[in-house]
Amino acid sequence: MADFRMPSLGADMDAGMLVAWLKRPGDPIARGDIVAVVETQKGAIEIESFQSGTLRDICVEPGQKVPVGTVLAHIDGPEAAEPTMLPAAPSPPTVPPRAPAPAALPTTAPREERGARGRISPLARRRATELGLDPAALRGSGFDGAVTRADVERAAKERPRGPVAAGSEIRRAIAAAMSRSKREIPHYYLSATLDASACLDWLERENAKRPVAARLLYVVPILKAVALALHAVPELNGTYSEGLFRPSSDVHLGMAIALRGGGLIAPALHHADRCDLDGLMRALGDLVRRARTGGLKSSELSDPTVTVTNLGEGIVDAVYPVIYPPQVAMIGLGSVMKRPWIVDDAIVPRRLIQVSVAADHRVSDGHRAARFLETLGQFLAEPDKL
Amino acid sequence: MNEDAITAIVHRALEKVAPELEGIEIDPAKTFRDQFDIDSMDFLNFVIAIHQDTGLDIPEADYPQLASLRGCLRYLSARLPP
Repeated sequence: MADFRMPSLGADMDAGMLVAWLKRPGDPIARGDIVAVVETQKGAIEIESFQSGTLRDICVEPGQKVPVGTVLAHIDGPEAAEPTMLPAAPSPPTVPPRAPAPAALPTTAPREERGARGRISPLARRRATELGLDPAALRGSGFDGAVTRADVERAAKERPRGPVAAGSEIRRAIAAAMSRSKREIPHYYLSATLDASACLDWLERENAKRPVAARLLYVVPILKAVALALHAVPELNGTYSEGLFRPSSDVHLGMAIALRGGGLIAPALHHADRCDLDGLMRALGDLVRRARTGGLKSSELSDPTVTVTNLGEGIVDAVYPVIYPPQVAMIGLGSVMKRPWIVDDAIVPRRLIQVSVAADHRVSDGHRAARFLETLGQFLAEPDKL
Repeated sequence: MNEDAITAIVHRALEKVAPELEGIEIDPAKTFRDQFDIDSMDFLNFVIAIHQDTGLDIPEADYPQLASLRGCLRYLSARLPP
């Protein structure tokens, strides 16, 4: 038997509210199946199982908010003897919280979802997430105070514009993670101006051959190059906790995705180094869509081994990133700018991109991050290899 | 194709990109990026939506011409039959 626990979905998360069970006691579970949905500061997240087996019993009911590490359910099964693969689990709570048992709710509660202040239909919840509204804070006009889609639309229209985001859940999550980062991680920074012309010329030729819907964004080959270059410098790819650096052999690129209405979230593009460019483009489109409309999976929030932030769509030349703990590096992409550049003693127009690295000095030194930038530059010069 | 029909196509495409832009007022001179905080992924999806709606093949080099409503009106009215 194994415990299915409230996972940590980032350095900033200490608790989550169980919204719904998608499996019932007795249901078979395969590794990777989505077992439950949890409401966090980052919206509703689908929680996957890390083992196969059979769901035995459920310990936490929908509507209960419990600390990270709390046992939510037990899973019986062949793989149960294996250690629970809880990613980046922080110190488990010393006192296992006995959540007050809501006797009225049957274990096999149907899909009806219960917010902190009443009910909300799945459709209304989804719409609220899309609009950046906190479902639990909405007033319901439906039966028994249930929040309907019309309530969500009304709240969105009435929502004050402006500095409200400062007090939002996502802003608090970012504040917690970034404060911890600045408190604990001795950052160092360096950057290099890289010639991306060969890569972008190649991409334009490639896109010219493709129909509109199959074209690649310019950031896609750059992401692939970043993922491959990380292999050369494993000290930038992994996690640091309790005095130990754990390098990762996989490259799961956290992608900083801006949310409409404020805030950002950085879920993983799994195995970005092993995807071909089309696969990476599809995965990125899917990830951006789900980051903004709901439906991110727990592994996507807990798995990133390094994060990339791309501010290259306006006039920004360079980014000075803040590392997302427990990761040990963050890569910043500035804008691609056409500039005079000297090649073989001639001044030629080139498309340049400034790439920066923030890295953790407990794990690496500047010359290693420099090695990463050099390797990245080589990949950008040889786009056929991406 | 007249301006109203093209404006309707643009509205539909924006809505596809971001549902909260449903029925929103568009400043014709400003870029969508400046008005609605859309990024390159959104803009690519916007171009795909315009392509699907009109059947026009839009080369990547022409994308900048679709950055605002005014640009879309100019570009699409020249290419879509009346």
